[in-house]
Amino acid sequence: MKILLVTEQREGKWTGVSFETLVAAQQIVQHTKGSLTGVVIGKGVAPLADQLAAYQLDEVLLVEHDLLDKYTPDGFSLALKQVIESVKPDLVLFPHTYQVRDFAPKLAASMNKGMIGDCIDYRYENGKLIFVRQMFQGRTSADVVFTGEGPWIASFQASAFRADLAAKHAGGKAPVKSVAVDLKPEQIRTKPLELFREAKQAVDLTAAPLLVSVGRGIKAPENIALAEKLAKAMHAEICASRPICDEGWLPMDRQIGSSGQTVAPKLYLALGISGAIQHVVGMKGARTIAAINKDQNAPIFEIADYGIVGDLFEIVPALIEEFEKSA
Amino acid sequence: MKIGVCVKQVPAKDAPLAIVDGGAWIRESDIGFETNEPDGFALEEALRLKEKHGGEVVAISMGPERAKQTIKEALAKGADRGIHVSDPNFFKLDPLSSARSLAAALKNENFDLILTGLQSDDQGFGQTGVLLAELLGRPHATIIMAIEVVENHMKLKRELEAGWFQHVELPLPAVLSIQSGINKPRYATLKGIMAAKKKEIAAVDRASLGVPDAPTQKVERIYVPQKTKKTEFITGSPKEIAAKLVEKLRHEARVL
Repeated sequence: MKILLVTEQREGKWTGVSFETLVAAQQIVQHTKGSLTGVVIGKGVAPLADQLAAYQLDEVLLVEHDLLDKYTPDGFSLALKQVIESVKPDLVLFPHTYQVRDFAPKLAASMNKGMIGDCIDYRYENGKLIFVRQMFQGRTSADVVFTGEGPWIASFQASAFRADLAAKHAGGKAPVKSVAVDLKPEQIRTKPLELFREAKQAVDLTAAPLLVSVGRGIKAPENIALAEKLAKAMHAEICASRPICDEGWLPMDRQIGSSGQTVAPKLYLALGISGAIQHVVGMKGARTIAAINKDQNAPIFEIADYGIVGDLFEIVPALIEEFEKSA
Repeated sequence: MKIGVCVKQVPAKDAPLAIVDGGAWIRESDIGFETNEPDGFALEEALRLKEKHGGEVVAISMGPERAKQTIKEALAKGADRGIHVSDPNFFKLDPLSSARSLAAALKNENFDLILTGLQSDDQGFGQTGVLLAELLGRPHATIIMAIEVVENHMKLKRELEAGWFQHVELPLPAVLSIQSGINKPRYATLKGIMAAKKKEIAAVDRASLGVPDAPTQKVERIYVPQKTKKTEFITGSPKEIAAKLVEKLRHEARVL
């Protein structure tokens, strides 16, 4: 299988999940005895193409253009369509990022192809490539296969593969080839403006060894105090899943997940968190995960070391008492 | 402004999910359904834009007969009319076929703006808005946290990962996928619910749209995920659970 891996960078810096997807691509190439071409796209990104070439790939394509300096869905789709039509891969792999979900379906549709997005794994069975993605907010998985002719387009979710397993190039370095693309300013309908940060990031949750995290199960803003009391008794920081911060029950800079912070504490105690993928990618690196949830089928229990099926409003007060007793 | 907003009906959040034999889909007979939560933010944004700039909000839903309820709820909150693209086997469609069907049903409406939610809480493909834009030849932007309409273009705030944002400008007409949390969706008022009864819901049979049956992908089966970790479940009274958990975190996991 001929695979094209499209990496992602922003302002000359790698998006880390690019290398996780590289690992998936390298593994699929091994299964299918195929070839792997990497793509670095942007402007002034030759040093990144060079870095990518140190990994096990057959070649690296450097796609540069003035109109690719800042990301736009039109620019990236039009450029990558030209690359795909010249390389003619069977499978195009992307890291599943906010940028990729913004343009990859459009790119696929412009070629009359479909995309299987947000995959968490794949299986290669009897010559068939099966993509695994989640449905129902992680409560079920789904095996999805492409039908019809390639190029097939798929993306892998963050932390689906381990970037540190990426194989280095056996012969020292893969060849880097510049590929010219034809883009005109009038084809780009989006005008990209400045990037900025909003939350002051007053708390650096990545440095906290113990985290108590709150999800929808907390039910009402007045119940946040209960979780805060537990966090205090444990000397932990408090954090939350996205809906809690959207509601303003806790500030945005306490959010864990794909749109918030990514943490790997010693202990992550999840209170009333169902465990949707957007949250899990931000915390599954925790050394120990304990979860309290009333739904025994909540996906959080798939990754929890310790699970408690029950009412957090009964168990948390008991935990506070236990910690205060031993303090 | 003429605004179309795509709303999907999905299984209720707390609905117990049972998978049918063979794993084609879930058992729909015993569960409740509700409007996909992310689409509620898109609807609210559409209503606010109408309040500010005038015009019309049209709620569009594709799905079996029951999906009409989701349109009715949008009408009760203030949408002006609805379009129901009916297909009892909607769940079998791949993202591209779904979007092609919606595009075919909407193209003559010539909306200034089409809004979708970020993704659906059931299949979660997260592609509909982007695909609609491509199929209708419109520019688009996704994960939108603020919309400011200035004459014939929009200034938007897009969310990126890890606390980053970006401003982008986009000409109208366009398609936007709205990030959850952009606003606080309103509740329907009694007056709104009464008024909704008089509002029109146009029915379009998906089969009549002439969209080719050419799926690009197939869901082979859905299933309860295998555990990647062995979870030790702790049981007992709340007091016993608390004591056991603290004991384990201290002496087994050694994280306290």
